[in-house]
Amino acid sequence: MTSRSDRGNDPLGSEAVSSEAGKLTRRDFLHAGAVGGGLLISISIAGCGDKPADVVAQKPTAAAGSGKFVKQNAWLSISTDGDITYFSPFSEMGQGVYTSIPTLIAEELEVPLWRINIADGGADPAHVNDLLGVQVTGGSTAVRAMYTKFRKAGAEARLRLMMAAADRLQISVDQLVAKDGNVRRQDGTGESLSYGDLAEAAAGIEAPADIPLKPNSQFKQIGKSTSRTDTPAKTDGTAQFGIDVRRPNQLYGSIIMCPVLGGTVAGLNELAAREVPGVVDVVLVGNGVVVLAGHFWQAKLGRDALEVRWATEGYDQLDNAAIRDGLARTAEEMTGARNAREDGDADAALASADTRMDAVYELPLLAHATMEPMNCTAEFLGDQLHVWLGTQVQGVAQAVAASAAGLDPENVTIHTTFLGGGFGRRLEVDFIPAAVNAAQKVGRPVQVVWTREDDMTHDIYRPPAYDKASAGFDADGNLIAWKLDIVAPSITARWAPAVVENAIDPFAIEAAANYPYAVPNVLVRFQRHEIGIDVGYWRSVSHATNCFVAESFMDELANASRIDPYEYRKRLLADQPLWRNVLDLAAEKASWGNAPDGIYQGIALMEGYNTYMSQVADISVRGGKIKVEKITCAVDCGQVINPSGVRAQVQSAVIFGLSAALWGQIDIDGGRVRQRNFDTMRALRINEIPEIDIHIVDSDRDPGGMGEPATALVAPAVANAYYKARFERIRSLPFSAHGLA
Amino acid sequence: MKLRVNDQVLEADATPDTPLLWVLRDYLNLTGTKFGCGKALCGACTVHVEGAPVRSCSLPVGEVGDAAITTIEGLSYTVGVEPGMHPVQRAWRELDVPQCGYCQSGQIMSAAALLANNPNPSDADIDNAMSGNLCRCGTYIRIRAAIKQAAQGATS
Repeated sequence: MTSRSDRGNDPLGSEAVSSEAGKLTRRDFLHAGAVGGGLLISISIAGCGDKPADVVAQKPTAAAGSGKFVKQNAWLSISTDGDITYFSPFSEMGQGVYTSIPTLIAEELEVPLWRINIADGGADPAHVNDLLGVQVTGGSTAVRAMYTKFRKAGAEARLRLMMAAADRLQISVDQLVAKDGNVRRQDGTGESLSYGDLAEAAAGIEAPADIPLKPNSQFKQIGKSTSRTDTPAKTDGTAQFGIDVRRPNQLYGSIIMCPVLGGTVAGLNELAAREVPGVVDVVLVGNGVVVLAGHFWQAKLGRDALEVRWATEGYDQLDNAAIRDGLARTAEEMTGARNAREDGDADAALASADTRMDAVYELPLLAHATMEPMNCTAEFLGDQLHVWLGTQVQGVAQAVAASAAGLDPENVTIHTTFLGGGFGRRLEVDFIPAAVNAAQKVGRPVQVVWTREDDMTHDIYRPPAYDKASAGFDADGNLIAWKLDIVAPSITARWAPAVVENAIDPFAIEAAANYPYAVPNVLVRFQRHEIGIDVGYWRSVSHATNCFVAESFMDELANASRIDPYEYRKRLLADQPLWRNVLDLAAEKASWGNAPDGIYQGIALMEGYNTYMSQVADISVRGGKIKVEKITCAVDCGQVINPSGVRAQVQSAVIFGLSAALWGQIDIDGGRVRQRNFDTMRALRINEIPEIDIHIVDSDRDPGGMGEPATALVAPAVANAYYKARFERIRSLPFSAHGLA
Repeated sequence: MKLRVNDQVLEADATPDTPLLWVLRDYLNLTGTKFGCGKALCGACTVHVEGAPVRSCSLPVGEVGDAAITTIEGLSYTVGVEPGMHPVQRAWRELDVPQCGYCQSGQIMSAAALLANNPNPSDADIDNAMSGNLCRCGTYIRIRAAIKQAAQGATS
């Protein structure tokens, strides 16, 4: 359906993916008109931006025919041939957003999903993520942010098509019905008008302010398992990722970055590199040196031949112990800590408690290790810069590329390819300027590709954490105080400084602040402590760090109280039916308490992204090593769009989270990252995965996010199971650091 | 040098020490084969050489000689069907295996090689054949199911 490989070979065809239609020049129009075939008419529609009526030539996808394209709103155009194209503000990185969002549109537009072509919507202020305030694919937000908005986009377009038909037939809209891309009389008489026939007239009609949406009971596509729209291209080799972009006369670049994080180039001898056959140029860039050649392997050999002297002073003493000591010292003082949650007076309750428990939990730095290493392609065409990449942040990418090039952002077009994995890594834009600078210097298109070693040693790592947990019981053994002190560097302070200027980093305390249990005195504090390197968002962000601590410590309290950990949680969730429901469901489906001999079970619970989830881990311990046999996952993510997609995301996130729990760590030594490739950064293989048993709660709550949450519960569920097996509490990850994996 | 790729003889002016992967991707524009690790650790670059799965990132092109190379783009031709319609590709589509999709060419090539030699693989056979192919999206459950489905289709 999406023939992305056909775009990108034609710079003007690729203009089609920019919604900045009004910015195209007359020359672009004429040129594109000559090659593009179709026309796109952009008409200003109330509520859909203030762009002037404008005509530009476009061919949104290769699948589209030669009809005239008529823009129906900010995301949708329909051609006079009836081709329907959705311009996606979101990036497809495996989570299925090229299927879920089009399903919302298709449902209300009354067309089958397969009728909708999908095109990259580019960087556009209209694409702002309503939950995050900028154009972002992340935070498991796409469906949550856009559930109503995109259904309305489909419904509004359908309504205007029906109004156009009513005009044409001189009858009222009430007497018409829209179905399968056609409008006809409800009584079945007369001719059927196709959406293509009506597209031009519809675009000129102003939609009513009030757009009725279908009740959930009438859904024909939402809630049904659907084949992903991107599967065909991802099985025949045609799906285009950033690394697959090929521009005419393109050079390939290999970059050397300082092996000591934060270090810079102090001296460079490029003579040997320039003698490598195929090498065209050597370019000093902000984060290293790029060797350019006609082919990537030549560039790589050239880069290997570079002699670089690095300035590393101030950076080369950093190691794991220093990071850990810094976090631990800060945790002792907690000066300047901010409260993330405060119910009652936890400190007073702890002081007066009959008994108290204290524990320290620690979490490591983690790499994202997307399968596709970071890469970026840049090309200057006249006074315009075009950038092709897999990114989760088109607007930020545009700004960073513009800044690197010394251009205004409106002269930069971002072309989003498929992302060969995101997991938060492609929220970062550190890999963009080198390609832009190199392309600018040589005056040719440049694609800079990181090696796996570049990618793993220059990730923006998941932050570590050092958390102190305390609990107090009264004389009857009731839990009366819960306190968590979280110490970690702030991702958001770098990524969006304004957000944390006078406030807590919201992405450091997500699951900790969201403590569901009925305890009268709760205090959760966050103390920011920077560690000397940048840290980044990693799938499920602070849910992963917080859940390991909170759900492990809850297990400690249950065991200390000699109450079954499932039962203990349940008793404290009397007023939390949604939480308790998934807890009960996971326990029931896992046959909690009835595990066979040699199988030990642990349970964990969370709410995040408006999704309630519980997981039970069934483990065995063989030869002193943990083997996770099965994960049972109960999930209430509200109204499901695509059950097959929900299952895929649970499987994906469980495996992602389990890889990290078993083996995930990034070690820094002398400022250098020790893990360099998949031999030292181990991740689960097909022969190592557990059975994953998924149970989805039937719900019509507004949809919750599904890309991330299942990541966060695996580690505590497994740690809790391991306690049951060996009565030993694991308070830091990964399990391999304890010799258990 | 001349290479036999997907039933065609193609010319590439690469040096013999260039890994086959980069010859396919950069010289022959067959970008379906992916770069993942460069060290034969992840399997994203898997192609067939005389029908056997090979990590093309670690095979110098000079060692290929006139052996027949098959990439994801030519896989369907080996069984005489339309592009993308090899039984393994069809099973992948029917079960919606890919997520980000980046590793899937390699997964499909490994699976196709397995089934060519072993039309009815056990779970252990699948583990052995597929454990060299890493997937960070964790699509393994569907990969296993799709291999079994493709095997069913081939044997029924």
